[in-house]
Amino acid sequence: MKPEIVKEDSRITVKLCGEIDHHNAAEIREHIDRDIALKKPTQVILDFSGVSFMDSSGIGLIMGRYRIIRENGGALSVRHSGGSIGRMLSLAGLSRLGISVGGEEVEKTNQ
Amino acid sequence: MKKPINEMRLVIPSTSANESFARVAVASFASQLDPTIEDITDIKTAVSEAVTNCIVHGYKNTIGYIYIHAKIFEDGRLTVKIRDTGCGIPDVKQAMEPLFTTGGEDRAGLGFAVMESFTDKLRVNSKEGRGTTVTMEKNISGRQADER
Repeated sequence: MKPEIVKEDSRITVKLCGEIDHHNAAEIREHIDRDIALKKPTQVILDFSGVSFMDSSGIGLIMGRYRIIRENGGALSVRHSGGSIGRMLSLAGLSRLGISVGGEEVEKTNQ
Repeated sequence: MKKPINEMRLVIPSTSANESFARVAVASFASQLDPTIEDITDIKTAVSEAVTNCIVHGYKNTIGYIYIHAKIFEDGRLTVKIRDTGCGIPDVKQAMEPLFTTGGEDRAGLGFAVMESFTDKLRVNSKEGRGTTVTMEKNISGRQADER
């Protein structure tokens, strides 16, 4: 399912939905990257509230976007990643990379 | 070893569209044990990781068959064996290290770590040039366990 992307000033929120696996990760990735290239945000929020299923392809999706956003000097955060998705994010140790994970908005920028 | 109360075999081509089908098929099969929603999510996720490995690594740019053999036992155990006859893993220990991947960009290298975390037992057998078999086991307590 195509993510819905909402722009607020220099921040974009990507509302992911449906299933995120190896099969559809490429399409989701292209959709997000096209938007990032166009809008050049300083902050990107990946919202997982509409995600019905995710395997570690979703982690790859997050990490790939993180690299691109960091290259452009921006910040990435993950929102509404409860349950098994949250467990997987802990396994991946994403907070070590400085990716903010949680349920509420983050008003912080990378140094 | 007790006899299973039910078993199923599924053979599917290694196309990515079958990732979703495989996880739903195994989850449906496991429903006889009255799993919780979390059990179902765990099973679907672990199967998805194993099947994706067959597609991305086992068969790489070719299409082969994925063999899924699942069993359920009276004590609430589910075993799932997922096998491919693809290229095999040269160093299984290294392959199972979290974050190690030979898959390139956007592959997190967490497949085995997720399988291990979401199931109770994981065994990986592989032979280069012959293929790989992943065997997972999960104890499904069943919702009736709460009634005790």
